[in-house]
Amino acid sequence: MRFFQHFGEYLLFLKAVFTKPEKGKIFVKQIFTESNNIGVGSFAIISLISTFIGAVSTIQIGYQLVSGILPDYLIGRIVRDSNILEFAPTVTALVLAGKVGSNIASEIGTMKVTEQVDALEIMGINAANYTSLAKIVSGVITIPMLVLYAMMLSLIGGAISGWASGIISVESFVKGLRTDFMGYNVVFAMTKAYTFSFLITSVSAFQGFRTEGGALEVGESSTKAVVYSCMSIIFFDYIISQLMLFK
Amino acid sequence: MIVIENVNKTFGTKHVLKDISANLYKGKCNFIIGASGGGKSVLMKCMVGLVTPETGSITFDGRDFLKLNYKEKINVRKDIGMLFQNTALFDSLNVEENVAFPLRMFTDFTEEQIMDRVNFCLGRVNLVNLNKLFPSNISGGQKKRVGIARAIALNPKYLFCDEPNSGLDPLTSRVIDELIKDITKEYNITTVINTHDMKSLFVMGENIVFIHQGAKWWEGEKAGIRSSGNKELLAFMEASEF
Repeated sequence: MRFFQHFGEYLLFLKAVFTKPEKGKIFVKQIFTESNNIGVGSFAIISLISTFIGAVSTIQIGYQLVSGILPDYLIGRIVRDSNILEFAPTVTALVLAGKVGSNIASEIGTMKVTEQVDALEIMGINAANYTSLAKIVSGVITIPMLVLYAMMLSLIGGAISGWASGIISVESFVKGLRTDFMGYNVVFAMTKAYTFSFLITSVSAFQGFRTEGGALEVGESSTKAVVYSCMSIIFFDYIISQLMLFK
Repeated sequence: MIVIENVNKTFGTKHVLKDISANLYKGKCNFIIGASGGGKSVLMKCMVGLVTPETGSITFDGRDFLKLNYKEKINVRKDIGMLFQNTALFDSLNVEENVAFPLRMFTDFTEEQIMDRVNFCLGRVNLVNLNKLFPSNISGGQKKRVGIARAIALNPKYLFCDEPNSGLDPLTSRVIDELIKDITKEYNITTVINTHDMKSLFVMGENIVFIHQGAKWWEGEKAGIRSSGNKELLAFMEASEF
């Protein structure tokens, strides 16, 4: 029952968020600020994680395919597909749920407990819209870009680790990347990226907005934002995979 | 003028506001006093629309706030300025951006006009050369002044002050009191102050509403308190004396 109550509150929150902003100029400014916080601010961590995921997946796939029967360029192909289909969108989203999600929830939660949200309401401003819409829109713009970037870096990381560890030459790895490439896989990955970016930002904003109490509750909201974002990412990962890969 | 009539509010089984009626006058410092937990904060939240009472009416110069639709309520809210207990300044904005915020949101002023108004409001609360500082870098008293400057930026008809002196030293408290009093007179605002600081009341109180255990126990002018004969009010006053 509680789940349905929270889900209903989440939908009502979204209804309040998706209204026309009070001032377009201020909204555009907020979009730039939030895009910088969410996108540019996550650049380093996504670079590091995606490079190493590509590197590790190459080594592990190479380890499992050492047979002498299968051509080694298959390593590149499997690394490509596993990174495009799963690692880049899902791991990036899970990392950003921790970084961006907790940040959004704690920022809005702090505004709530320090009466800044009340101040907005008293001024006649739709506080849900003002505090959350720019964050959601910026997340939906920048997180898919980070996913594309993560895809690229994971393949570069895979090529470097394959070459450095002597598992596969760069030429063979690139041949594997080009073999039977399906553009639809990127469409699938980007569908996940857009869905996850909306989930991370909206779930976290909702958790922040329903914070009541003090510093302790802000911490709790931040934790809940990460946990619920991760759970919804995993759930929708399954749903989207089922819907798009086995029609 | 704000007229409160038969306002009732319950939270669960707790009856927090019991049939409260009061008049809050234009151009006067109207005080809502009472012990902590007595219901005065809930009453103020009802007046500014953060809490909706179950019954009763709250009328702002003939406009019954509780019967207005969303857009009409926003129009009333644009006439309201509020000074919060913890100031509620926006952490991410500096002093001048905080004061400029309602102007940027609700007016079509040019940037030059906005800055003129911001500097006027900051000057009015005697804050100069702090424009670029963030709330975390200024003192409690300065934050209150910025809060007042933000509250008066749009020339409100109604000014609500929730515990304006909480956390301030006695000297700064008196400065803030004088400032609120002066602004009330200067702009002929209906000012509502929620406090249990009796020194403030004696400095600037004019119309007093005493709330006790969720009900209005007394209402009248400051001069009438001593002769009110209301035991709870007198006990509250005596406990505040030093």
